[in-house]
Amino acid sequence: MFVLAEGTAPVVDPGPAGGVFSLLWLVIALPALGALILLVGGPLAKGRLDRQGHLLGAAMPVLSFLISVAMFVTMLGRSSEDRQVGQHLFTWFEAGGLHVGFDLLYDPLSSLFLLLITGVGSLIFVYSIGYMEHDPRRTRFFGYLNLFVAAMLTLVLSANYLGLFLGWEGVGLASYLLIGFWQYKHSAAAAAKKAFIVNRVGDIGLSLGIALFFTTFGTTDFTTISAAAPNASEATMTALGLLLLLAACGKSAQVPLQSWLLDAMEGPTPVSALIHAATMVTAGVYLIVRSNFVFDYAPDARTVVVIVATVTLLYGAIIGCAKDDIKKVLAGSTMSQIGYMMLAAGIGIAGYPFAIFHLLNHGFFKADMFLGAGSVMHGMDDDVDMRHYGMLRKAMPVTFLTFSMGYLAIIGFPGFSGFWSKDRIIEVALDQNILVGVLAMIGAGITGFYMTRLMLMTFFTQKRWAEEVHPHESPKVMTVPLIVLAALSVFGGVMLIGNWIVNFLEPVTGTPPPENPPLPSWLVSVIVVCIVAVGVAIAWFVVGKQRVPREAPQDVSWPVRAARAELYGNEVNDELVIRPGAHLVSGLTFADRHIVDGVVEGSALAVSGTGMVVRLTQTGFVRSYALSVLLGAVLVVAALLAVNLA
Amino acid sequence: MTPYVVLSSIVFTIGCVGVLTRRNAIVVFMCVELMLNASNLALVAFAKQNGNLEGQIAAFFVMVVAAAEVVVGLAIIMTIFRTRRSASVDDASLLKY
Repeated sequence: MFVLAEGTAPVVDPGPAGGVFSLLWLVIALPALGALILLVGGPLAKGRLDRQGHLLGAAMPVLSFLISVAMFVTMLGRSSEDRQVGQHLFTWFEAGGLHVGFDLLYDPLSSLFLLLITGVGSLIFVYSIGYMEHDPRRTRFFGYLNLFVAAMLTLVLSANYLGLFLGWEGVGLASYLLIGFWQYKHSAAAAAKKAFIVNRVGDIGLSLGIALFFTTFGTTDFTTISAAAPNASEATMTALGLLLLLAACGKSAQVPLQSWLLDAMEGPTPVSALIHAATMVTAGVYLIVRSNFVFDYAPDARTVVVIVATVTLLYGAIIGCAKDDIKKVLAGSTMSQIGYMMLAAGIGIAGYPFAIFHLLNHGFFKADMFLGAGSVMHGMDDDVDMRHYGMLRKAMPVTFLTFSMGYLAIIGFPGFSGFWSKDRIIEVALDQNILVGVLAMIGAGITGFYMTRLMLMTFFTQKRWAEEVHPHESPKVMTVPLIVLAALSVFGGVMLIGNWIVNFLEPVTGTPPPENPPLPSWLVSVIVVCIVAVGVAIAWFVVGKQRVPREAPQDVSWPVRAARAELYGNEVNDELVIRPGAHLVSGLTFADRHIVDGVVEGSALAVSGTGMVVRLTQTGFVRSYALSVLLGAVLVVAALLAVNLA
Repeated sequence: MTPYVVLSSIVFTIGCVGVLTRRNAIVVFMCVELMLNASNLALVAFAKQNGNLEGQIAAFFVMVVAAAEVVVGLAIIMTIFRTRRSASVDDASLLKY
């Protein structure tokens, strides 16, 4: 489908870290220190830390954010060739020909991630102070959040794949701890395990990929690999690309490893916001864009990325249409939006900047909406069923307004952040392949439908509250982050002014080839807006104009049933993986019981049986022993005589 | 020469048959002594014929071993007799399957 990229991936060549960049390590170290203090010190202090623990926990990402901003401003002052900075902290380990340093790399790509993770992360931390106020284990919660952020920062700052893998696994661990934070709930514990195990499948891809990097290039450093990449064989690059894609599928919840994402909604809502907006699911997109020196030379792998992404963006959108759980609708929408990012990343040099652009915008509006959903749940006694909401715009005006900004951004209302980024992705997709572009447009229409449905069911239509529920606006500590995020959702599009983001990322992603669009840009925008408008209108007629029943109707058509069952993703996993696995295990158990144990126990039985027979010769009569001695002696003498005579 | 060897063989055979057929432990013991002495006789006779002392030295060793054996063996027989009031070797057959 795609040809080799016309421009080639730039070589990663960082300069020394001087001035403010020498603080780079602190960006990771601060949240790591916070996690250490809260998780180790908290239990040692026996509750004495509980009154200030959350403040310490929230201060760490804020400090990291301030350092990130300082570095970002300094970087903007430099010329674009001079924007890659490396910092060698220490030698991590050496084994034979493998030297792995704990190296950090700060370049335009990681600088944007740093701002997103620490910035949106800080807002989520502040919000959590209010959201988790009545939880007795709030200090521990903040410890886990710090661990999560530290791991994610390690992931995006490492200058080699092993350091990236460390962060990658750290994110997996922290997400497990946070999804299962309310571990006394069976469903939360199960969801945490599911997320962890599905992520392990993806990790197989990353660890094999790292091994292949080492055997091919003799190192895992980005610098060396990106310099040697043009000379590597295309087959190797394709294999590497597919392995990295498998890893990205696990972390970013792409088909076929998507099943953990919806279950992960069992965690506290700020965790969902953190997983879906600032960290975790963006790691897959980061991995692919960071490995552009692999994908630029592996067009076949990019084709697979695009196919996976297109399937996922429709898959998630369809799930979002039928769910009644507000968080699961948002989770489906995350899948779908990450699909857009992967689609852009799979297109190659022309798409990388827009993948990151959409990732940042998505970070803003998805964090806004998840925290908004948390605010709604806060007012509705932790009920997540949208069929029990309705007409909340009066009861929660701030939440309603901020959520609306996120809503308009995600459906791509003209002028809002999502409009700019999604439009550009659809444009480059159309440029590469008409079918993919059209499917992406349809996805945008479905997005318009399910998000409008969510808005209508939550903030409009009729009151369907339970009797004892009295919705109220959330405290300031929760609404202020919402307002900031809403503002970012509205104005995220400024990054596209003068093609800034493309030029800014050029030292990392390479110079895009001149475009040759089949349709003019404004026409694509008009078409997309029209398709979205159709989706919104359908939602208005299906949900807004009708009375929403308080219980989900059961006599529904098969597409709705399929979408409610998450398109049978779990059933497919059961049939394809779990059941054969169970059969294999029972077969192995049988073989172990009957074949391995049979050989061992059978030989033991044979020996003891022989012993039973032979011991009967031991009669206890001395004379019979004497007779056998005599016979033996006679035999010896006879043998000697026979030899002598012969 | 031949008479010595024939006598030795006869004495050895008597001892052998005695060990295999008699039940009384003392008699069995005496038969063992007969066999030892038969072999001593053969050793000394062959030493004389060969004109060296090796066989005679071996005979001394056999005597020493026999003396030691008598000491230990008789003590065992005495002890068994004291506990069981019997010197029959067939009665002492507990050590079996």
